[in-house]
Amino acid sequence: MPLTVANTMNFPRDVKPAVAADVSIPSDAAEARRIQDEIEQHLQARHVSEHDIFSIKLALEEAIVNAMKHGNQFDRAKKVHISYQIFADRFDVQISDDGNGFDPSDVPDPTAFENLERPCGRGLMLMRHYMSEVVFNQRGNGVIMSKVFRNGGGNGKK
Amino acid sequence: MSSQPRRRRLEVEQIGDVTVVNFVDRKILDEQNIQVIGDQLFSLVDHDGLRKLLLNFGNVEYLSSAALGKLITLNKKLQGVGGRLVLCNIDQQIYEVFEITRLDKFFNIQKEEQAALQAF
Repeated sequence: MPLTVANTMNFPRDVKPAVAADVSIPSDAAEARRIQDEIEQHLQARHVSEHDIFSIKLALEEAIVNAMKHGNQFDRAKKVHISYQIFADRFDVQISDDGNGFDPSDVPDPTAFENLERPCGRGLMLMRHYMSEVVFNQRGNGVIMSKVFRNGGGNGKK
Repeated sequence: MSSQPRRRRLEVEQIGDVTVVNFVDRKILDEQNIQVIGDQLFSLVDHDGLRKLLLNFGNVEYLSSAALGKLITLNKKLQGVGGRLVLCNIDQQIYEVFEITRLDKFFNIQKEEQAALQAF
């Protein structure tokens, strides 16, 4: 059974997403940018609020960079798999890489004074702050995130 | 688009003994971009020997944790040589990123450039 936010949270899944896509891209910044721009355009077209779009963009950036950098070590032969769905009231995304995974609980608290100068952990922290839900799979090479729109958004034309 | 990674990403202006740096990019996001921006910032300290840097974020709409990492390194570099780093003109949404990561306490952040110039 695929691990999705809907399986871990009690979102009703009888509603079909307005937009859904499923892509695999090489570990390349330009490819990442293209998919992020595409998602942003979909969100804008659906009149999702500026702050929600900011939140989603930031979390996507952090998650995709993590996948390409830490997961795939920027090996272009390794892919990042991205599936996303935009509903009237929320955005769901599943991102996984071809790496060995990591244990999110091993990542030190970046706000602890002794860790402030360390480069790691802030991305995860931002993802958790800006998204409504962030769940890692067992192996740690995949993350699912969901953002419930603040204004009930997505009230653009169907 | 980052088709010209070698072009200058910073606009640098000297005001008294303070070096004011404006970012050319509105989004400080992708890895390659951040690397270049980081290198250009570090070079102001390491190569040009500048010691008082004021980063004006007026143009910047987005930044990611990788960019924060570069700012932390820059701050460390400047502290190491007795210099100072001040940030200013940070958009509210981006300021929130600093607050969440508690870096609002780590950096000297001022609202306006004028106030920031006084902060050295």
